[in-house]
Amino acid sequence: MDFDATFLARIQFAFTVSFHIIFPSFTIGLAAFIATLLVRWRMTGQEHLHRLARFWTKIFAVSFAMGVVSGIVLSYEFGTNWSGFSRVVGNVLGPLLGYEVLTAFFLEASFLGIMLFGWNRVPPGLHVTSAVLVAIGTSLSAFWILAANSWMHTPAGHEIRDGIAYPVSWLEIIFNPSFPYRFAHMFTAAFLTTSLVVAAVGARYLLKGRFLEEAKTMLRMGIGMVALLAPLQLFIGDQHGLNTLEHQPAKVAAMEAHWDGSKPADLVLFAWPSETEERNLFEISIPNIASLILTHQLDGRIQGLKDFAPEDRPPVKPVFFAFRVMVGLGLLMIAAGLVGAFLWWRGRLFETRWFLYPLSLSWPAGFIAILAGWWVTETGRQPWLAHGILRTADAASPVSAGAVLTTLILFVIVYSVVFSMGVYYINRLIEKGPIGAAVKTSEGVPSRPLSAAEEAAHEAIEGTR
Amino acid sequence: MEGLAYWLPLIWVVVLGVAVALYVVLDGFDLGIGILFPASPEEAHRDQMMNSVAPFWDGNETWLVLGGGGLLVAFPLAYSIIMPAVYLPVLIMLLALVFRGVAFEFRWVAKPHHQMWDLAFAGGSITAAFTQGIILGHLLEGITVGDNAFAGGTFDWLSPFSLLTGIAVVAGYALLGATWLVMKTDGAVQEKARRQAKLLLPVVLAALAIVSLWTPLAIPRIFERWFTMPNFLLLAPVPLLTAYAAWRCWSGLQKEHETAPFVATIALFLLGFLGLAVSNLPYIVPPTLDVWQAAAHPSSQLFMLVGVLILLPIILAYTVFVYYTFRGKVRHGEGYH
Ligand code: HDD
Ligand code: HEM
Ligand code: HEM
Repeated sequence: MDFDATFLARIQFAFTVSFHIIFPSFTIGLAAFIATLLVRWRMTGQEHLHRLARFWTKIFAVSFAMGVVSGIVLSYEFGTNWSGFSRVVGNVLGPLLGYEVLTAFFLEASFLGIMLFGWNRVPPGLHVTSAVLVAIGTSLSAFWILAANSWMHTPAGHEIRDGIAYPVSWLEIIFNPSFPYRFAHMFTAAFLTTSLVVAAVGARYLLKGRFLEEAKTMLRMGIGMVALLAPLQLFIGDQHGLNTLEHQPAKVAAMEAHWDGSKPADLVLFAWPSETEERNLFEISIPNIASLILTHQLDGRIQGLKDFAPEDRPPVKPVFFAFRVMVGLGLLMIAAGLVGAFLWWRGRLFETRWFLYPLSLSWPAGFIAILAGWWVTETGRQPWLAHGILRTADAASPVSAGAVLTTLILFVIVYSVVFSMGVYYINRLIEKGPIGAAVKTSEGVPSRPLSAAEEAAHEAIEGTR
Repeated sequence: MEGLAYWLPLIWVVVLGVAVALYVVLDGFDLGIGILFPASPEEAHRDQMMNSVAPFWDGNETWLVLGGGGLLVAFPLAYSIIMPAVYLPVLIMLLALVFRGVAFEFRWVAKPHHQMWDLAFAGGSITAAFTQGIILGHLLEGITVGDNAFAGGTFDWLSPFSLLTGIAVVAGYALLGATWLVMKTDGAVQEKARRQAKLLLPVVLAALAIVSLWTPLAIPRIFERWFTMPNFLLLAPVPLLTAYAAWRCWSGLQKEHETAPFVATIALFLLGFLGLAVSNLPYIVPPTLDVWQAAAHPSSQLFMLVGVLILLPIILAYTVFVYYTFRGKVRHGEGYH
């Protein structure tokens, strides 16, 4: 079990999990968005809502498929790459992952079939219910996986015997100290990400003067959500940080690049943290403000990196920079929400090109912020895999570096192909827009004569060509 | 060993067995569709074949997640030994599943330039089936264990026997896929599937026979399990029922029955599975770790078991509901795209 294999396994895990999280970030929010559209359509009968739902369902299908297959990879990597993980914390985390499969994965995977293929097969009421169940499934999935992940950051409700963690209280394990914050923060992040994508697509159509009715609905729903959620996310993130200060002070010190715990912490706007010299180069900072944020006192003290032995410190640079990327994007989102809400209030939201243009390009912002956020959290947890219980290096599997490297290269190749093609196809679907999706549905007939279904399907196929 | 610690691992091995058996049968037929793809170059036929499984594949594959997840929950030690031992086959299987999974969606949106995804679908399905067979073969042969961890080499899984089981699983899934198509399609696709099934059935039976003879001859503990009295008599129904299922499959194909061949093929799979279980229990990492040695803490097994007992019936109910919703034949052009 040499260092190289461990290091490669970390890169492999980081790569595959980062790839995976892109899709849940989008599908969690999108499932709820589609379900909302369908429910509103059932209540108001407005046809353009139905067209929109069909349109987004196609995009949903493409992203969901990528989310599923990349997720299956992860659940096996726990064994192939981190066999120490299952041996040491398997008793505690295994059931949480198991409950995710039973409550969430089966629900979403099964009703996905009806959601995608049931437009003409089942009564509309049942179809809408399926979409709602898929949305519930994705949220439950987030609940369990974040409970598991949070436990690795702030373990609770267990006892250690002979170096192995055994469960004592399942409630304390699930609702461990950082779980409420992480769940709220990630859930909001997923909705923010989807809202930005929806708003960006709406802006894109408006700029080109296409699909105006649908575009306006998208823009209103998207901007409304961003205006609400972006400030909320700042608040949740702040609370999350305070919680982390209590449980993982070394991580916060790395986020702030705060070395010397005997002095108040400055708010570092930019710096190049140097781990060898144990200080920041090229620092630009505002004195005492980090202390104010974290302790609510201008001269409050928080632990600095030097308070921890070098082998107990997380890597500083990735944590520090990723944190700034996330917060920076969060502030931009707040600005976008405020400006959008203002324009909406003045009745100019659909005409203001200087706003619509950048908005139409903003769709990656949520994804980047989410990736950055996870890099902060996970890298900041190093060198621990489960904080205080299991070091990452001790969890690695006894496999050869060559094998890990080979599969890492394969992952990079396969994921690059799949990802770029997926993005290309989604973009093509967006180019075609919601018209192709329009198919008349007959009300309430469970199994219509096949010829009619066939005709409808043909129309739909034409639409995507 | 007192009550719970004795019974829980046994209950769990049954639960896991059910999950794996369901996975093999359910994902087996949709992987089988991909394995048969190269033999059907016509686009319309491929559309129809794919549409016959499109609403189900995701749910089917979830049983694989339950199988792997269940092993981690109930037998973490076994999970931590088996996975590194079959590192390469498992990861290659996962990559193959990535390709064939996204092909379900990409193929439709890529039209008319979908040839690449046809290839990904077929290649992914064949590779996934083959690696699953290799993993099975290596498990039967036995993993090198030292000090409660995997202690073998990177290519331990590569052997004539595991290659044979790899081919056997490909052929078996193809048979499941072909008989599924006999049931779910009509016209030219159905005709062709029936012919393919007739070719595949003898291959699958031969593979079953070879594995059933090879394992007892190569591994004494399996020989003892089957060929000593009174086990021999008690276990005699397994091969007899297998022969009966094979005959039902064949005669169903001959008489152009639509469902009988599929049902008989499922029975063949389940009996083969039962045979493997008989050969190896109570080992979970044959021949070193038994279910009690590898078991998770009773509290973990119990906590999860409660969930399984409540949720599994619900899952099965709505799985049946989804299959019922999409009952009947698939025709050309049906799909949501
Ligand atoms: C916050 C949410 C979230 C996070 C942090 C993760 N996932 Fe995920 N996962 C989902 C949210 C999700 C989802 C929304 O439920 C997905 C995405 C698309 C989909 O099909 O379901 C999914 C799919 C998905 C699947 C396929 C399920 C199926 O067969 O339908 C597996 C096996 C995993 N995930 C496993 C993991 C593992 C092992 C993770 C941690 C390392 C992980 N996920 C992180
Ligand atoms: C889904 C979003 C997630 C992302 C983007 C993410 C990202 C990362 C990154 C970047 C690393 C590498 C850290 C390093 O080596 O410096 C890592 C490691 C790891 N993460 Fe996460 N993570 C996520 C969720 C999870 C969850 C939910 C779990 C478990 C339930 C988890 C378990 C692990 C494990 C086992 C490692 C490997 C050991 C390590 O290097 O720490 N991660 N993750
Ligand atoms: C606007 C100000 C924001 C603040 C103050 C903030 C704060 C934080 C903090 C302190 C963490 C680290 C948690 C830990 O210690 O483990 C974190 C993680 C994270 N952030 Fe943010 N965040 C902000 C905005 C955003 C935005 C806009 C997104 C995405 C749209 C986002 C997504 C995430 C994610 C996915 C994680 C990792 C999961 C977690 O630990 O919750 N954050 N954030």
